[in-house]
Amino acid sequence: MSIILLQSLTGLASAASLFLVAVGLSIIFGVTRVVNFAHGSFYMLGAYLAWWLHQWLAAGALGFWVSVVVAAVTVGLVGVLVEYLILRRIYKAPELFQLLATFGVVLVIQDAVLWVWGPEDRLGPQVPGLDGAVLIAGHYLPSYDLFLIAITPLLLLALWWLFQRTRWGILVRAATQDREMVAALGVNQTRLFTAVFFLGSLLAGLGGALQLPKGGADTLLDINIIATAFVIVVIGGLGSILGAFLAAVLVGQLNAFGILVFPTLTLALMFLVMASVLILRPQGLLGKPESAAPPTGPPAPRLRLPSRLSLMLWLPLLTGLVALPWFTQGYVLVLMVDIFIAALFAASLHFLLGPGGMISFGHAAYFGLGAYGAALLVKYLSLPMLPALLLAPWIAGLGALLFGWFCVRLRGVYLAMLTLAFAQIIWSVAMQWYPVTGGDDGILGLWPAPWAADRISYYYLSLTLCALGIYSLRRMMFAPFGYALRGSRDSARRAEAIGIAVRHHQWAAFTIAGVCAGLAGSLYVYSKGSVFPDVMAIPNSVDALIMVLLGGVQTVSGPLLGAAVFTWLHDELSRLDYWRFLLGLSLIGLVVLFPHGLGGIAEQWRSRRISS
Amino acid sequence: MSLLQVQGLSKYFGAVAAVDDLSFTVAEGEILAMIGPNGAGKSTCFNLLGGQLAADHGSVRLANHELLGLPAYRIWRLGVGRTFQITASFGSMSVLENIQLALLSHHRRLWQPWRRATGYYRPVASALLEQVGMAAQAERSCGILAYGDLKRVELAVALAHQPRLLLMDEPTAGMAPAERAELMRLVVKIAREHTIAVLFTEHDMDVVFRHADRLIVLDHGQMIAAGTPASVRADPLVQTRYLGHS
Repeated sequence: MSIILLQSLTGLASAASLFLVAVGLSIIFGVTRVVNFAHGSFYMLGAYLAWWLHQWLAAGALGFWVSVVVAAVTVGLVGVLVEYLILRRIYKAPELFQLLATFGVVLVIQDAVLWVWGPEDRLGPQVPGLDGAVLIAGHYLPSYDLFLIAITPLLLLALWWLFQRTRWGILVRAATQDREMVAALGVNQTRLFTAVFFLGSLLAGLGGALQLPKGGADTLLDINIIATAFVIVVIGGLGSILGAFLAAVLVGQLNAFGILVFPTLTLALMFLVMASVLILRPQGLLGKPESAAPPTGPPAPRLRLPSRLSLMLWLPLLTGLVALPWFTQGYVLVLMVDIFIAALFAASLHFLLGPGGMISFGHAAYFGLGAYGAALLVKYLSLPMLPALLLAPWIAGLGALLFGWFCVRLRGVYLAMLTLAFAQIIWSVAMQWYPVTGGDDGILGLWPAPWAADRISYYYLSLTLCALGIYSLRRMMFAPFGYALRGSRDSARRAEAIGIAVRHHQWAAFTIAGVCAGLAGSLYVYSKGSVFPDVMAIPNSVDALIMVLLGGVQTVSGPLLGAAVFTWLHDELSRLDYWRFLLGLSLIGLVVLFPHGLGGIAEQWRSRRISS
Repeated sequence: MSLLQVQGLSKYFGAVAAVDDLSFTVAEGEILAMIGPNGAGKSTCFNLLGGQLAADHGSVRLANHELLGLPAYRIWRLGVGRTFQITASFGSMSVLENIQLALLSHHRRLWQPWRRATGYYRPVASALLEQVGMAAQAERSCGILAYGDLKRVELAVALAHQPRLLLMDEPTAGMAPAERAELMRLVVKIAREHTIAVLFTEHDMDVVFRHADRLIVLDHGQMIAAGTPASVRADPLVQTRYLGHS
């Protein structure tokens, strides 16, 4: 009994900083409609800054609290800088582009932190006066935990007062409901947005700084906390402060008790709860349902059949690829296999995003299911390469069939978060189900069959399979099935009113995209000889998104171009020390300068030529 | 025997009854206008009949098939075509492709994953466009069409599966007066030729009284009058509540 009390108090203590991060994310989203991926980085920055300031300032109680406050305000200012330099320019861009730009900020901050503070984990200081422990029901609970438990409701109260009782807070709430109306009433929107960003980032920084004595600071904080913050915000309801509080408490308890009950499923547990909330009550516990008004954005550009000219370009390209091994047998072939796999992966995501109109932030799940599927088939059933290679994609397809059923019920940001949640579930299972998946150590020794073992044979094998996969996806896009899919994206209402079962088509497309991503995954396993949980982590999903974005979402060949450029750049840049910094900067620049992607430039040029 | 039988149809938004115990019938080939002030529940009624909204009570039978509870795509398959108050079309596709997609759906070819869709049903699609006077714009993107033209495309799409009943929610909203009269003339002509029943809403009373066989008048979700154009025009309740005569 007493252990339950203790665990629940520990859970409550951890809810404090979870609440701070989540509520910041939530109010930023509420007003600006931007899901800020970099919010977790602000949290990490808060932790590092507080640690660093505390080293500088003399020890003592005052030193710690000054560090916390200064760190929080500094992070708030960093937030303002990010808003001013980047987000302000893309408020009107599609959600996907905003997510990618903020992910660029994540990468930049990651490497900046690494550069300034190095890779070592930083231990948090003891807080003078709160460094003891209190005996509760026969167990010791750190005094600092009690302090956190006590201030969480106070913070909630302060925020509640700010938003309910001050003029500024009322404006923010009004803007959350109707931005245009608030602007029409003469409120300076630009300043309001910046101020909201300052507050939100400050809260994230405060959360990181307050958590410092408990968890210290390390370079993985950002991704870990942002995933949790997404979960909390979705459970509580986007834009709801009280909802974020309740959800933070819930998730804190879930984590505290999950360790006791399902020690191997703690990570998945949180995401399972989020997935159930999204399915049963998509707007979250206390969120308001989005208005069902039809989207008003400009229609997607027309998808044109490949012209003669482009066929004339494809043929020599394919011939060149087939002939390549005659000219070189070196590392280029390995790189090319990477590109083929990336191209198929990107094409499968593009199928979902472009014609399907469904945002996925967790496409790596199906790549990973294909990869692990092949690896497990080899390890436990000792299947030879070819059957494993051809069966594994269907395992990914099964996963997509299952998750897709839920996903096609949601739209926009909520859909993106649900796909992310599913990917995190799969990832955490691979990570924590050690006896089967080997956890962090991965599965090793997965080499191609003897006939495909040499570089050239595997090159041809992957070229054939990837080309077949990509060609099939293209055929489908221009076949009646693709028309139905594009029609459902353009206007679900119209599609239903001419007999198209919109969800069925989207569900099928989700599954097909899963199968193709799975094929890419299983080819990947045999090209590397091993598989690790990384293949389904968030960065891999984002890589695929970058490739599609780079090539242009609404172009047919764009994703292939994007995959080639990205894989090559990745290969070149990853030899540099701070390549993520550069990648992040390029990502931000790309979104800000070319919101239609590289392929989109050609498309624009063509439409200009036609109209003139 | 009437084609459509609506019995006790009701829909509440919170405490407000948008459609309140509504009953009426539409005969085979009949042109029935539903009129009433803004907020009377006309669009809600259309969305209930078309399956875009779920009703709270009542029954809607189309030649003995219960429509309530069916998804919109199933209702369409039973022979109900519809156009929307705010036009809905496939903006990234050409006018011709919009019609082709409706025809593909009618012929149950939507799941065909391999053969190119461009070649399917071109002559039929062109004929439909000819019928609504849009043949010249067949290759243009639907996303850049003028509003009136979009209404015509919607009409052609709705006719693609040779419906028995057309639901047209303000088919002429946002059009110039001359265009309105012309479009309604076209609708009536096609409907008479193919024995299609039409249920439509319209604010232009000239159009309504000229083309409708029968009228029903809605106010606060309830039917306050029904009958021939002449009898409805003479109805004192309709005059005070809607037509604005005192």
